Amino acid sequence: MADDVIGKSIPRIDGLDKVTGSAIYTADMKLPGMLYARMLLSPHAHAKIVSINTDRARSLPGVKAVLTGAELPYRVGLYMIDKPILASEKVRYFGEPVAAVAAVSEDIAHEAVGLIEVEYEILEPVLDAKKALEPDAPLVHEQLHTYECVKGVFCPMGGTNIANRFQLRKGDTEDGFKQCHKIVENEFYAPQVQHVPLETHSSIAHWKPTGNIQIWTSAQSPFAVRNLLSVALGISHARIRVIIPYLGGAFGGKAGIHLEPLVALLSKAAGFKPVKVTATRTEEFITLPCRQGLHARIKTGVSREGRILAQEIEYIWDAGAYADYGVNIGRASGYSGAGPYDIDNVKLDSYTVYTSKPFGTAYRGFGHVELFWAIESQMDMVARELEMDPVDFRMKNLLDVGSTTVTGEKITKHTGSVRKCLEAVAKEIGWAKDARPAKETNGKIRAKGIAVLHKAPAMPPNTASGAIIKFNEDTTVDVLVSGVDYGQGTATSLSQIAAHALKLPFEKIHFIWAKDTDYNPYDWQTVASRLTVMGGLCILRAAEDAIDQIKTTASGALGVDKEELDVDDGRVFVKGDKATGLDYKNVIMGYMFPNGNSIGGPVIGRGSYVAEGLTNLDLETGQGLPALCWTYGAHAVEIEVDTRTGEIEVTQLVSAFDVGRIINEALCRGQVIGGGVQGVGTALIEQYVYDGEGHLLSDSLTDYKIPTVRDVPHEMKQIFVETPHDKGPLGARGVAEHPMISVPPAIANALFNGTGKRIKALPLSPENVFLALHEDSKKP
Amino acid sequence: MQIVTLKVNGESISVPVEDNWSLLRVLREELALTGTKEGCGMGECGACTVLLDGVPINSCLVLAREMDGREIRTIEGEAPQGELSNLQQAFLDNGAIQCGFCTAGMLMSARGLLMRNPDPTEEEVTEAICGNLCRCTGYKPIVAAVLDAATREKQHGR
Ligand code: FES
Ligand code: FES
Repeated sequence: MADDVIGKSIPRIDGLDKVTGSAIYTADMKLPGMLYARMLLSPHAHAKIVSINTDRARSLPGVKAVLTGAELPYRVGLYMIDKPILASEKVRYFGEPVAAVAAVSEDIAHEAVGLIEVEYEILEPVLDAKKALEPDAPLVHEQLHTYECVKGVFCPMGGTNIANRFQLRKGDTEDGFKQCHKIVENEFYAPQVQHVPLETHSSIAHWKPTGNIQIWTSAQSPFAVRNLLSVALGISHARIRVIIPYLGGAFGGKAGIHLEPLVALLSKAAGFKPVKVTATRTEEFITLPCRQGLHARIKTGVSREGRILAQEIEYIWDAGAYADYGVNIGRASGYSGAGPYDIDNVKLDSYTVYTSKPFGTAYRGFGHVELFWAIESQMDMVARELEMDPVDFRMKNLLDVGSTTVTGEKITKHTGSVRKCLEAVAKEIGWAKDARPAKETNGKIRAKGIAVLHKAPAMPPNTASGAIIKFNEDTTVDVLVSGVDYGQGTATSLSQIAAHALKLPFEKIHFIWAKDTDYNPYDWQTVASRLTVMGGLCILRAAEDAIDQIKTTASGALGVDKEELDVDDGRVFVKGDKATGLDYKNVIMGYMFPNGNSIGGPVIGRGSYVAEGLTNLDLETGQGLPALCWTYGAHAVEIEVDTRTGEIEVTQLVSAFDVGRIINEALCRGQVIGGGVQGVGTALIEQYVYDGEGHLLSDSLTDYKIPTVRDVPHEMKQIFVETPHDKGPLGARGVAEHPMISVPPAIANALFNGTGKRIKALPLSPENVFLALHEDSKKP
Repeated sequence: MQIVTLKVNGESISVPVEDNWSLLRVLREELALTGTKEGCGMGECGACTVLLDGVPINSCLVLAREMDGREIRTIEGEAPQGELSNLQQAFLDNGAIQCGFCTAGMLMSARGLLMRNPDPTEEEVTEAICGNLCRCTGYKPIVAAVLDAATREKQHGR
C-alpha cells in the first residue's frame, strides 16, 4: 500500500505556511532587547587600512558596540581558512566589511557607521585572473603560505595569487595529439554572476553571559555554521546552537558561513544582547559572495572519424578576494571538467586565483555551469570543423557502459545514461541534421542548439549525514534530518521516502521543518544535490531500525520469532496472516501485557550514512574516485534572434535528466523549470560589471537584471530518464543543480547554427550578439 | 512622529509613524505583518506588493504617513479565517511556490489582477506579475496557477 507514495506528485509540505504568509524567515524575527547591526564597507578594491577612528560612532547615543578588524584576530573558511570577519590591515575588495556597529535601531546603526573615519592607502587592484598569474602581479594574500587548508586535497601556492592548483593527467596527450586529424583550440569566458536569492542574508546571534551562543540564520547548513564558528573562535560545539527558520532561496550562496560570526561577536561586545543584521540588496551584491568567473582554454584533437583522441584543458577561476569555498570549485570542476566524454588522453589544469573582487562561492552547479559553457561550445565547434552533425559527434564520444572517466572511474549500467538524455531532447525538439543555414524572416532567425551535461556531488570523501525517526503516541512520526529545504522540495520527497519505508500513509509523517543543531542529527551541508540521496539513505536506515524495534517488541508480545513478523499498513503481524498481530499503536510506546507488565519502549529509529568508497585524488594525476553518483542530462533549445537588435528569445527549452527514480514528479519538474530559467539568466543577461578601479557597477536589481516572467522560454518540456542508481535511495539521484548547467552553450550553439556567429564570452546579451552579427560592417 | 489610521485587512489601526517610514516598514515592524517581504527596498523586486485601495503597489516605495484613511490588503488578509482562497489553493496545486519569499507579493499582484479582471489572458497575467521577481520557480507554474485560479473563482468565487 505505502508503495504508491513514491513517484506521486504530492504538493510540498511547506506550501500552506508560504501561501498564507505565516512562514517565518530570519528577516522576520525580532527578539526582546534586540539590537541592529550595520557594516561599514570598503570604498576601494585594494587598499591598506592606515587608521580607523571609531570615537564619534561610539559616542552616538543608542550605539552599543563598534567593532573593527583589529579587534577580531580570527579567520574563517570551509576548505581554505582565508577570510577575516572584518578586514584588518588591508581591504581586498570593494564592499568588504571594515567595521560594524550594533545599535538600538537600524537608523542609529546606519548613522553611526557614517561617523567612522578610515584612512586608506590605495594599492593597485588585480582585476583580471589571468593577469593575477603574472609574476609581477600584486598579491591579494601576502600570507597565503601560512593559511590552513584541507591538507592533501588543496595545493595553495604561497607567494602567488594561486589559492589552489588542481591537475589531472590521463594517458598521454602529447602522443594523442600526434595521431589527430584535426586540432581545435579555443578560449572561453564566463563572468562573475550572482545567486540573487529573493531573501538577502540575515542573521541574529545572541551571545549569552553563560558563554553559550544561539544563532538564527538564513544559512543552508546549520552544522557547517556551527563547526566553522567553533573552529574560528575556539568555542566548543556544544556551546553553539544554530537554528535555521524558513529560508528564502540560497542556490549555494548561503552555504558555508557568512554574517554569523560578525553578529555573534557584536552580541558579545554589546553586553550579551541579541544582534541582528540583514543585508541590503546592495550589500548582497557587493559584500556577500557571487559566482566565480572562468577563463577557459580547450584544445581538442580528433580523428578523421570524429573520435576525440586528446584534450588539453586549462581553467583559470577568478575567485575574487577569498577562496575559502572557491578552491573546491576549482577542484570539482577539474575532476569532472572534460565533460561526460570518453577520452583516453586528457591533461587538465585548474587554477583558483585570487583577485581584488567580491569573492565567489558555490552556486547551483558548483563550477559546472561555467565549465560546460566552455566544453559544450567547444564540442559544437569541433563537430563543425569536422563537418559533422553535433549530435552525431557527441554520440561518438559520450561515456557509455564500460568506458572510463577522466579520474579512472568505470561507468556501469547503474551510472546513468547521458546518451539517452541527448537522444530524448534531440527527438523532442525535432533535431534535423541539415537545418543550416536558417531562414531569415523579418530580420528574425530561428535556430536550434543542443548541449549535454553531468555533475556529481562535490564534497569531501567522508561527508556524512544522519536521520532520526521518532514515533508519537498516535503513530504519527517525527522525521528529523538536518538538510535544509530552501525551496527544492526535499522535505516533501524525504517525507515520501519515510512513509514508504515505514509502510505508513503519507499523512502520518511529520517532517520537522526548522533545523536546530541542539536537536537535529548531524548533517555536513545542504549542497551539491546530495540531500535526496544522502538524507534519503539515512531515512531508509532509520526506518529499518525503527521497524526492527517494532518487531522486537511485537515478538515479545506475540511470542513469535522476530523473523516471522512483517509490517504493513501501520500493523506488525505474523507473515502471511495479517489478523495475527498488533497495531503499531500498541507497540510504538512499548507493549503492555494484560497484567500491566510492559516491554519495549518508545521507538526511535536512527540512520546514518557516510559517503562510501570515495577517495582523495592523486595530487599529480587527479586519479581516484571523487563522485558518489553522477546525474547526466541534456538540453535542446530553439531560439529566435532578432538580427536588428541582437535580442535572443528562447522559444523552446527541452531538458532531459537521468534521475534514477522519480520520488516526486511535480517537484522534479519544478527544479528543472526553475533551474532552466536561471540558466537563461546566466546565458543572456547576467554579469558583474566593474569600472577600471574595481568598483562593482551592477550593484542593484536595476543594474543587475535577473529573468522576469517575460524572459521565460515560451515552451518548456521536461523529460526524465530512469536508470536506477544502485547506491541511491530507491534508485534516486539528485537533480537540483543540473537544470541550470549547459543552458548557455545550448543557446550559443543555436545562435551559431542560425547565424554562423560564435560568441565565446558570456552573456549573450543583445549588445554582444549585435556586435557579433555586425562585426564585418564595423571594419573600416 | 505622527499618527496615521490605516485600514489593514478590514481592520482600522492607528499607528505612530516617522516621516521617512515606508508602508512596508510599518506593516512589518510596527504591525508585525511579516508575511509581506522586503527583497530590495527600492521598488525593484515586487516582494513587498500589497493592495492599496485594491491596486497592487510596492509598499517599500510609499510613505506610511501618506496612507491615512487608505485601505490596505496584505497576504494575511487572503485567508482570514484560515480557509484558503482559490488563488492560494491554485498556487499550491500548480507548484507555484519554492522558497516562498516572492509568494506573498505574487499573490497580491495576482489578486489585484483578478479583482479588476476575473478572466485574464495569459498575456494579462504575465503583464500583472512582470514586476514581481522570482528566482526559484521559473514563473511558468505561477502563470499557470493564476490562470487556474481565475477559472476556479469564476465557478466558485474566492
Ligand atoms: S522590496 Fe519593495 S520592490 Fe523590492
Ligand atoms: S519561490 Fe523563491 S523567489 Fe519565488
